[in-house]
Amino acid sequence: MSTTSVLGGVVKRREDPALIQGTGLYVDDVKLPGMLYAAFVRSPFAHARITSIDASAALAMEGVEAVYTIDDVRHLGPVLAQVPIGKVRPLLADGVVNHVGEAVAMVVAKDRYLARDAADAVEVDYEPLPAVVDLKEAATDQRKVHDDLESNILMTWEAGPFGDPDAMAETRRKIDEAKARDDTVVVSIEAVNQRLIGTAIEPRAVLADWNPGYGRFTVYSSTQIPHALAGAIAKTFGVTYNDVHVVAPEVGGGFGLKLNIYNDEILVAFASQKLGHPVKYTESRRESPNSTIQGRGWIATATLVGTRDGEILGYELHGLCDMGAYSQNFTVAIPFLGVFVASGQYKFPTHVKLDCVATHTMTTDAYRGAGRPEAIYYLERVIDAYARKIGMDPAEVRRKNYIPADAFPGAISPVGFAMDTGDYAKALDALVESDGYREMLAERDRMRAEGKLAGVGLSTYVEVCGFGPSGLVDLGFSWSEYGAPSAFSGSGLVRVNPDSTVTVIIGTGPSGQGHQTTWSQIVADQLGIPLERIRVIHGDSEESPFGVGTFGSRSAAVDGSATFEAAQKVRAKAAKIAAHLLEASEEDIQFADGGAFVAGSPDQTVSWEEIATVAYQPHRLPEGVEGGLEAHAIFSPANATWPFGAHAALVEVDGDTGDVRLLRYITVDDCGNVINPMIVDGQIHGGLAQGIGQAMFEEAVYDADGNLLTGSLLDYVLPTAADLPSFELHRTVTPSDINPLGVKGIGEAGTIGSAQTVVNAVVDALEPLGVEHVDMPLRPKRVWQAIQDAKGGN
Amino acid sequence: MFPRSFEYVAPADLAEAAEALASAEFAKVMSGGMSLIPMMKLRLLSPDLVVDIGKIRGLDQIEDRGDAIAIGALVRHAQTAASDAVPAALRTAAAWTGDTQVRNRGTTVGSVAHADIAADQPAAVLALGATMVARSASGTREIPADEFFVDALTTALEPGEILAEIRIPKAGGGSAYEKLGRRGGHTDYAVAGAAAWVQRSNGSISDCRVALTGVGTKPTLAEGVAEALIGTDGSASAVEAAAARATEGVTLLEDLYGSEEYKAHLAKVMTARALTQAIANA
Amino acid sequence: MNVNGRAVTADVEPRTLLVHFLRDDLGLTGTHIGCETSYCGACTVIVDGRTAKSCTMLAVQADGAEITTIEGLAADGELHPVQEGFWERHGLQCGYCTPGMIMSAVGLLSENPDPSEDEIRHGIEGNICRCTGYHNIVRAIEYAAAKMRGEEPAPAEWETQEVTA
Repeated sequence: MSTTSVLGGVVKRREDPALIQGTGLYVDDVKLPGMLYAAFVRSPFAHARITSIDASAALAMEGVEAVYTIDDVRHLGPVLAQVPIGKVRPLLADGVVNHVGEAVAMVVAKDRYLARDAADAVEVDYEPLPAVVDLKEAATDQRKVHDDLESNILMTWEAGPFGDPDAMAETRRKIDEAKARDDTVVVSIEAVNQRLIGTAIEPRAVLADWNPGYGRFTVYSSTQIPHALAGAIAKTFGVTYNDVHVVAPEVGGGFGLKLNIYNDEILVAFASQKLGHPVKYTESRRESPNSTIQGRGWIATATLVGTRDGEILGYELHGLCDMGAYSQNFTVAIPFLGVFVASGQYKFPTHVKLDCVATHTMTTDAYRGAGRPEAIYYLERVIDAYARKIGMDPAEVRRKNYIPADAFPGAISPVGFAMDTGDYAKALDALVESDGYREMLAERDRMRAEGKLAGVGLSTYVEVCGFGPSGLVDLGFSWSEYGAPSAFSGSGLVRVNPDSTVTVIIGTGPSGQGHQTTWSQIVADQLGIPLERIRVIHGDSEESPFGVGTFGSRSAAVDGSATFEAAQKVRAKAAKIAAHLLEASEEDIQFADGGAFVAGSPDQTVSWEEIATVAYQPHRLPEGVEGGLEAHAIFSPANATWPFGAHAALVEVDGDTGDVRLLRYITVDDCGNVINPMIVDGQIHGGLAQGIGQAMFEEAVYDADGNLLTGSLLDYVLPTAADLPSFELHRTVTPSDINPLGVKGIGEAGTIGSAQTVVNAVVDALEPLGVEHVDMPLRPKRVWQAIQDAKGGN
Repeated sequence: MFPRSFEYVAPADLAEAAEALASAEFAKVMSGGMSLIPMMKLRLLSPDLVVDIGKIRGLDQIEDRGDAIAIGALVRHAQTAASDAVPAALRTAAAWTGDTQVRNRGTTVGSVAHADIAADQPAAVLALGATMVARSASGTREIPADEFFVDALTTALEPGEILAEIRIPKAGGGSAYEKLGRRGGHTDYAVAGAAAWVQRSNGSISDCRVALTGVGTKPTLAEGVAEALIGTDGSASAVEAAAARATEGVTLLEDLYGSEEYKAHLAKVMTARALTQAIANA
Repeated sequence: MNVNGRAVTADVEPRTLLVHFLRDDLGLTGTHIGCETSYCGACTVIVDGRTAKSCTMLAVQADGAEITTIEGLAADGELHPVQEGFWERHGLQCGYCTPGMIMSAVGLLSENPDPSEDEIRHGIEGNICRCTGYHNIVRAIEYAAAKMRGEEPAPAEWETQEVTA
C-alpha cells in the first residue's frame, strides 16, 4: 500500500491539536454548578465482618452533605456481571468485606479535600476473618472465600477442541500416548503470569447530574463503553435508556480498565438524584488498584511432548486463574479468551483446562490482551524450552509446527476455532531474515565472547480480536445484562451536511487509538471529500448509534467496517444525484477531488457542494430518491480476526546483580490491511511497552493477609522512557477476509507478542549458567536468585 | 489525595524559622517538599504546622569555605549534581536521586534530613564524613554524620532543629557512589547503594570510608570494609576482600526489592564497584 | 504569582496543591493529575524556568513564582516546536500524559538543546506514558530539538518503512 493514499497512508492525527495545547476535555475537567465531590471509605481488611459504621463525626463536618452505606442503596441491587458466575459485587460492602480497598461507605461533600477528611472521619468497626489470598490454596477449597458459594472454583474452561467432549478425550489420549513413547521428549514449565495493575494515566472519573425536571441523568464518565453504562444506569434506576445521557469525552487510556460498569458510576448517580446536585468522583491513584480491575494472575503448567527432531505431538496447558473476590463485567470469561488461542498458530493436539478461582483480592478482568497474553506466554515459553532441549533453532521448531498457509481459508485451530487468514511462516521468515535479527545474534555472540551474559529471545504469536461475531452473546459477550440487549456488532453513521462537510457518528470511542483520524480516512477514501471537512463524533450515548465500545482490538475491524459500509451507501446515493445532475449513467460516476465526475470525461463534474445542496432540496432530486444524504450501517462480522506476528529481543544480564537491560527489540506484526501506518505503529509501540512492562517490571504483590503491597507508583514499577529501547518494526500484510476493509486489529498484539520474547531472551542469556526458567517480572532479585539456584543445582 | 489541614508559615530567615518550628506541637520543615508533600498527601504524616524555608535567601549556595564545602539548605539536587566543588560520591548520588523534576525542586539537605532508608545522598554524606549543621531557637549545633542517622526516617535532629547546612571536609582523595536502583540500573531509590571515599598515599590506601544505603534500617558506615582496605594497595583483590565485609554490623532489611541474602550480596557488589571507582578517582 | 504571563492573586488554604489551584481556581485544566506520589509527571509545569510536578507543590509555595503551563506554551497561535514535534511524530495517543510530557521536554531542551536519545530518555524519566512506549515521544523531542536549533528534522520512520506484502 502506498503511504500517500488516504486509506493506508499516514495522516497526522486530527485529535492532536487540542491534546497538545491542553484543551482536550477529560471528565475531571468538567465542572457543573453546585457540583459536589464523592470520596469512599475503604476496607483495610481483605476479609472481615463489618460490625458497625458510625458516620456521625463525618456528618457533623460543615460542608458534608451525606454519607451512604449499603442500607441506602441495597434496593438498587448490584450491577450484574455479563457472565454472572461467582459473587456479584454489592454496590457497597454488605456486612462483609472481601478484599482490601472494598468500598464500605460513600461520603459526599462540597469540595474534594473535605470529602477526603470526612471519609477519614467515618468510623467502621471490623471483625477480621481469615483471608484466602494464595491462588493454589484457594483452589483446594480448604477455606471458602464466600460462605454461600459451593466452591472457590467458580468455573472451569476446557477445550481441545472446545465443546466436543469426545474429540477432547481423543486429544488427551493422543497426548498421553506421545508422552509414553520412548523416542519423545517431554518439557514442562510451571510459571506464574503475575497480577498486573493496568494503570491508565488518567484515573477513572465520573460525574453524574440528575435533572428532576427532565427526569434524566447526564453522566460524564471515563469509560470505554458509554452505551453499556447508559443501559446499566437505566436498568438500575428503573428509567429508560432515553433518560440517561452518557458522555465519554477524552478518555485518558483504557487498556480494559475502563471496560466495566463500576459501582461508583452508579453511586454518584444515586447521590445526585438524592441530593439534587451534580456529584463527581475522581479515583486517586492509590485507590485505583483496589477500585479498578486488575489483570492476569495465572499459575499454570505448560507441558509439551515432541520428537527429537522437532515434531510436536501434543501440548497441555493446565492452570488456575485468579478472579479475585467478585465477578464484574467479564471476569470469568477472560480465561476463555486464552482458550481461544491456547494452541497458538500451531497444528498439534492441544488440551487446555483453566480453573477460575475466587480469592480475597481485587477483581480481575480485561487488561490489554486479556487471556491471550497469558496463553501465548505459556505456549511460547515451553516451545522455547523444547527447542533448547532438542538443540534445534527456535525459529525452525516453530515453523515446522505451524498451521500452513494453505490451510486458509477454512483453518480450524486444534482448540476448535475457525481462523480467518494466516501466513505464519511469512512473518517469522521476515523476522529471522531481517538484518536486525542477524545483528542481534552477532551482537549476542560478541558480548558473550567478552564474558557478558547476553541473550536473544524469539517468540511468535497469533491472537484473536475484532470481536464479534454476534454469537459470542451466548458466552456472555454483550451488554444484555445491563438492560441493553446487544451483540458485538459495529455501527457507523455517515452524514453529508448541506454545506458538504461530513459528520461521522460512530458507536465506539477512542482512549488514544485515534478514531477521529482513522474514521476520517475511511470516509474520505469512499467519498473523495477532504479529511478536514470530515468530523467524527463518538462517545456520546445520545448522539451516536448504539455501540458496544472500544476493546479487544475491535473498533476498526467492526465499527470501522460499519462506517465503511455506511459511507458506501452515501456514495451510492450521491452517485445517483450526480448522475442525475450530469445526465450520465450512475455506473459511470466516480468521486475524487471534492466532487463527482463521469468516467472518461473528467471535465463533466459536479461538486459535493452541488450534490449536497440538491440532496437537501428534494424537489430537485430524481424521482424515487429520498431527501437528505446520510446512511447508517451495522456490521456484524462472521468471525473474530486473528492477527499474528514474530518478535525478537536482545538483552544483557548483569550476573552480579540480576539486573536486566533490554537492548534491542524487533517485531514483525501482521494485522491485515493498515489504514494509517503511523497509528498502527503507535499501537504496537504501546503494546510492547506493556508486554515488556509485565516481563520486566510490573507486579501486583499481595501479602498473606491480602494487603496490596504495591498500591502506589512508588512500589508498582512502570517502565519509563529510560528503561526501553527504540523499537524496530516491520510488517507483513495478510488481509482478513471477514470484513470489507481487510483489517484485523492491532491494539493488543504488541502486548501479546512481547512478554515471553523478553523472558526467552533472558533464559537464553542465562543458559550457560543452567537457568531454565525465571518467572516474571524479571526483577533483579528474581533473576539473581535464579542464577543462585542454578549454581546450587550444579 | 489531599493533605490534612495545617498551618503554614514562610519565614524570611532561619532564626524566624527556628522560632516558628518551636511554636507548634508537631511542625515539619519543608524545603523542596519532595519527600514531605507526598507523605502528607497520603496522610502518612499530618503536621500541625509546615515551616517553609523555601523563601529564605542565601541558603541556595554551595560555598567553598577553605577546609570544607558547605551545602546550603536550599541547594537543589540538580545543583549538587552539577557542581564541580562537590565530591564525586555526592555529585553522583544527587544525579541519581529521583527524576528531573524532583532534582529541580528537592534539596540535598532535605533528602539527608528526611533520611529515607533507600535514599542516595545520605550514604554519600556519611562516607564523606560530613558535618551536619543544625539550627534551632537556641543556636547552632554541629552533628557528625556518623551520629546523624539514627533509624528509618529518624535523625539526631531534635524537635525544633532545622538542618541548615551540610559541610563536607575537603579531605582530598577520591570518592564514588554506586547503586542498583529499584527500577534497575541507577534509577529510582536504591535497592542497595554504596558510597566510598578513599585516600591514597605512597601507593597504599591510607584512609577509607564506605557507607551503605537501601540494605538496612538506616544509612550505615561499613567500618569493616575500611579496616580491611586501609594499608592495602587498593588492588582488585584487596577491594574484593574488603567488600566482603560490607555488611558486618548491618541490620539487613528484607523488602519488596530483595531478601536479606540478596541485599547482603548487593551491598558487597556495590561496595566493590564504588571502591574501585573511588580508587580510580583518588 | 504569574501564570502564563498573567498576574494572579488569590487566597488559598495552605494545603491546596498547586495543581488543584491551577485546575480548579484558574480553570487551567490542561495540567493533569495521574498519581499522588510524584511519579507520573502528568502535572508537570515550569516554575521559574525549571520543570516541577505541580501535584507535589503547595500553591502557597508558588507565591511570587513565574509559572508556565501547557496553555501558555503556544505563542500568538504558533505551536511551540515541542508541541509541533508531538503532532508531527505521533508523540501522543490518549493525550493525558501529554501536557506534562511536553513541559518536561521543553525543560529538557532549554538545558540541553542537542540531547542524545539516551539523554532524552533520562530527561523524561519523571513522566510516565502508558500509550506510546515512549518511542514516538523520543522522535517528537528529536524533531523539536532539530527545529529549535534551526535544522531540518530527520524524516519520519514511516516514510522509510518496508512492508512485505
